[in-house]
Amino acid sequence: MNITQSLKMAVKSIMSNKLRSFLTMLGIIIGVAAVIALVSVGQGAASNITTQMQGLGTNLLTVNISGRGVATSLSYEESLTYAAVPGVKEVSPVISGQVTAKNGTDNVTVQTEGITPEYETVRDYHVQAGRFILPIDIEYRQRIALIGTGTAQDLFGTSNPVGQSVLLNGQRFTIVGLLASKGSSLQSSNDDKILIPISTAERLLKSKGVRSIYIQAQSTDTMDSAMNLIKAKLLNKFGSEDAYTVFNQQDMLDTASSISNTLSIALGGIAGISLFVGGIGIMNIMLVSVNERTREIGIRKAIGAKRRDILTQFLIESVTLGALGGLIGVGIGFGASKLVGKFTSLSVSTSWNIVLLAFCFSLAIGVIFGIVPANKAAKLKPIDALRTD
Amino acid sequence: MSSPQPLIQISGLSHWYKMGDEELRVLKDVSLHIHHGEFVAIIGPSGSGKSTLMNMIGCLDVPNEGSYRLDGQEVRELSDNRLSAIRNEKLGFIFQQFNLLSKLTALENVELPLIYRGLPHKERRMLAEQSLERVGLSSRKLHRPSELSGGQQQRVAIARAIAGKPSILLADEPTGALDTNTGKEIIQLIRELNEQGHTIILITHDLTVASQADRIIHIQDGVIAIDGGARV
Repeated sequence: MNITQSLKMAVKSIMSNKLRSFLTMLGIIIGVAAVIALVSVGQGAASNITTQMQGLGTNLLTVNISGRGVATSLSYEESLTYAAVPGVKEVSPVISGQVTAKNGTDNVTVQTEGITPEYETVRDYHVQAGRFILPIDIEYRQRIALIGTGTAQDLFGTSNPVGQSVLLNGQRFTIVGLLASKGSSLQSSNDDKILIPISTAERLLKSKGVRSIYIQAQSTDTMDSAMNLIKAKLLNKFGSEDAYTVFNQQDMLDTASSISNTLSIALGGIAGISLFVGGIGIMNIMLVSVNERTREIGIRKAIGAKRRDILTQFLIESVTLGALGGLIGVGIGFGASKLVGKFTSLSVSTSWNIVLLAFCFSLAIGVIFGIVPANKAAKLKPIDALRTD
Repeated sequence: MSSPQPLIQISGLSHWYKMGDEELRVLKDVSLHIHHGEFVAIIGPSGSGKSTLMNMIGCLDVPNEGSYRLDGQEVRELSDNRLSAIRNEKLGFIFQQFNLLSKLTALENVELPLIYRGLPHKERRMLAEQSLERVGLSSRKLHRPSELSGGQQQRVAIARAIAGKPSILLADEPTGALDTNTGKEIIQLIRELNEQGHTIILITHDLTVASQADRIIHIQDGVIAIDGGARV
């Protein structure tokens, strides 16, 4: 007997008891749908975190100086010497603080950073209109500013802010550039900020010295060695490891993605358990079905069905149940993750891998949990099977 | 008068069931030859062992002791799979309770043994339709068993038994679940099949049914009491 014939028999038998077949499949349907939906949410969160991290800049080290004793900061000139550390590509010292920005009657408190031109490449910030801060602005302590899209909206509404002036803590600054939108990162919105030359910032914020430096390594490979050299240099300067912290963006990225991977696995595992329970449901119903159809098995054997024929018939039946449940589950899981993506703030990414995996798993469950009942059916003796009603 | 090799050759066959500690001997040293083209009735009261004998002849069960040669082949030596193949090719069963599969149509029921034989779809269809025609049920081939009368169901069962052109038809109380008239028609049909060359073995407890056969074998307490021999 060939496979198509067995498949026809299996489908016929499944269709002859639709409600029961559906209830049997329900476990698999829910399991597969749950695996796909939950893992999609998990992976969505993971890719979200990764993009946010990468939004901070690539190959980025962040040095924060909290200060101990006499030395609580680096001078601007000192901070630039870190560019000479082997493995370092560029250095972007930053002086930051809160400033009241005012345009006419609108005023907002906004995060303001005093920066150098290197900030553009190190932090990956670009202007969408106007120009970036130039070395000459630093040299002459120009009162110019770059404005983030969020702050620009607050102060200027929809009109073009470039060329207009803004009052920062009462001092008049000319806006020379509008920053490109970067979205929000883990800490805060990247678009609610004002950037000014670092030399101007020292005065405006009344903060002498640099407390944070963004350092870009030449490549991912040089990052660790550069970080160690920087740490050594900082230790030499401050004499205590407590005076500063150095963050490695890659470390944070790794930590974050390992957390979200763990999340995905945990969610997938929970859903996998329901898939397993669904498999037990299939086995249960198949065993009942074998009992109910003992006579049918006897008749089939009497007219010439071999053990293998009966085995494949029941096995194909349970695999078909698994596959059908898997297909419906894929549909529902896919739909559910699309709905979650549409109606909640969670970002969702459904990979075909997980869809395929969940489907194959449901097939495998059909086989594994079908073997015991199918074997039981195949082993029935024809006379015993014919004797029962 | 007999062909050189009997179709069924049973000698010294014994069979028993274990009922707890006790052994229930159902067949005791039975010897029997049946030739091609015979119409044999095996008759006996219930518990006489006639059903067990039928199961043995039908290769549904294997005897504990003795020899059963079907077409020269020793059945006791055959594997489970070979027994299935033999049932499929050489034997056709007609049961008291018809034993049709209720979810399949008449035609599909008749096709079933041919599916297990591995015949291609077209040939299967053709053979099934032919044998439904032989029992006069062509018009009802797409009906399910529940939509057919008892007599019609038994005809479908007969069509299923003869579809694979087996050499032996085994009928176990084929009229047991039918009224007298329908029963007569079924027996008539079985007679016709015998005339067309099928070897028939009919198991019954009803003497009037058995009297239609050419040879009547009485079985009692697991032994053959009277073997009527072939009617000339």
